Amino acid sequence: MADTRDLREVYKDTLCTLAEEDKKICIVEADLMNATGTPGFKSRFPERAFDVGVAEANMVGVASGLAAAGMIPFAASFGCFAARRAYDQFFLSGNYSGLKVKLVGTDPGVSAIYNGGTHMPFEDIAMMRAVPGLTILEPCDRRSLEELIRQAAYLEGSVYIRLHRKGGLSLYDENTSFEIGKGVVVREGTDLTIIAAGLVLMEEAVKAVEILEQKGISAALIDMHTIKPLDNDLVLEYAGKTGAVLTCENGQAAGGLGGAVAELLCDTKPVPLSRLGVKDEFGQVGTLDYLKEAYGFTAENIVKEAENLVKRK
Amino acid sequence: MDQNEIKRLEEKAREIRIKTIDVIGNLGVGHIGGCMSVIEVLTLLHYKTMDTDPKNPNKEVRDKLVLSKGHAGPALYCILADRGFFPEDWLYTLNVGGTRLPSHCDMKRTPGIDMTTGSLGQGLSAAVGLALGGRINNLDRHVFAVIGDGESQEGQNWEAAMTAAHYNLDNLIAFTDYNKMQIDGYTKDIMSLDSIESKWTGFNWHTLRVDGHDMAAIDDAVERAKAVKGRPSMIILDTIKGKGCSFAEGVLSNHNMVYSREQADEAIRLLKGEA
Repeated sequence: MADTRDLREVYKDTLCTLAEEDKKICIVEADLMNATGTPGFKSRFPERAFDVGVAEANMVGVASGLAAAGMIPFAASFGCFAARRAYDQFFLSGNYSGLKVKLVGTDPGVSAIYNGGTHMPFEDIAMMRAVPGLTILEPCDRRSLEELIRQAAYLEGSVYIRLHRKGGLSLYDENTSFEIGKGVVVREGTDLTIIAAGLVLMEEAVKAVEILEQKGISAALIDMHTIKPLDNDLVLEYAGKTGAVLTCENGQAAGGLGGAVAELLCDTKPVPLSRLGVKDEFGQVGTLDYLKEAYGFTAENIVKEAENLVKRK
Repeated sequence: MDQNEIKRLEEKAREIRIKTIDVIGNLGVGHIGGCMSVIEVLTLLHYKTMDTDPKNPNKEVRDKLVLSKGHAGPALYCILADRGFFPEDWLYTLNVGGTRLPSHCDMKRTPGIDMTTGSLGQGLSAAVGLALGGRINNLDRHVFAVIGDGESQEGQNWEAAMTAAHYNLDNLIAFTDYNKMQIDGYTKDIMSLDSIESKWTGFNWHTLRVDGHDMAAIDDAVERAKAVKGRPSMIILDTIKGKGCSFAEGVLSNHNMVYSREQADEAIRLLKGEA
């Protein structure tokens, strides 16, 4: 039967499986368990599920202390709070201290919909990229999310995971393997490479490559589930092969995935590059469709960007 | 604690005070005020209260100390060196490029440091996490935390305070170094902490208040705190910033102070009881 679980359910199920195997797995949350999808974890492992109330800075500090006590804590909140409000705690108590804190920021970018601009993390990737040694993940597919959470738990270091709560893709068959730091080629192509991260843009990019195909443009598509460390080899291989790169992300392109790819290409082999993402704007309320339209996160816009990009080759 | 034990600890505190003035004096600048005010509590914890092993700093079952006012690191380093966590000559590399002993406590660099601190207000949350971790693993462990009074103005302390009480963390014993001074002046003028005891009792902590330079009184408070079940304890230490250091004691500018070798030597002479 097809897997139709929301990504947050995959997250919770994966943590439960891990917690079953390993008594060190625990969660720390800040009054958003019902949103992040973890009440099922709490009911199964009540002694390893801590809700600190509406106190995100403290949540990350407590998670750091748990890590110092040898536990493997997953702390989760809306991305706007996990990143912006607890940045210093994650930076110092977590990363600078060399502790292994797994921080999950849900509702990335426009997926915060009706919570609006106050709750819309567009800047979290840029902020987190500046933390030395931190791993940043944004899986969009159910199988990859499960595998990457499993790997994140045992990674030597802290991790920031952007988690789209609802919906999810099933892009891969059982033979596809996933590794932190290794992008996945979803589709081969010759005229340009689309590098996307996250559910919103990957869903649209999959549609866009079909439309481009009909228009006679062959686009390779890469699922860059790890934004840091960036899979430099894969980016350079496909930039070389196709001669043009289009990045797509649900957040500020400056400092985000687009920023990371731009830095790499400029430092090595520049090719025509276009970065689709938020362009120095704040968020706003709306339906997902409205917001996708407002920020250009549509297959049609990806196609337009791709066509313009190919002309620059 | 008998009189001999008290005397032993007081003598040790005097040694640590002298060593700290000397070590910071080596570079001629540092957080002398806040180091001097916590000498007694740190000495008591490390030479009597806590179960720690300098030969095996990472052993699983042992007590933990979070020095949340991370700028008092140099005082703790003098204790750790004396106890054999690392060689004594490291002390004279304090804040020298490439050192393993930076101004603020760094668990990655310094053996015996249980938590990295320095951005004020973060240590108590980490101590809560350590106490929860100890409880999950059924470890007979106490977690001690020392926070500053100026530091208590950081809101995160009170988030952590709620959490510790909510989870009934009776394995957590915290201290406030109530020296009543902060960088910009007296705490009563900058941001008053009155009435500090009722703040902690209001957060449902078992709260005690003692003279923070009276070894026997601090020890008595710690023993009473250990006996309390179901609640964390806060021991408010009435202290003097710069205590025992002739050129710094009670001086408003002693938070991060420049001083000369001559000043250091004079302060040390006085502490040694030499004329």
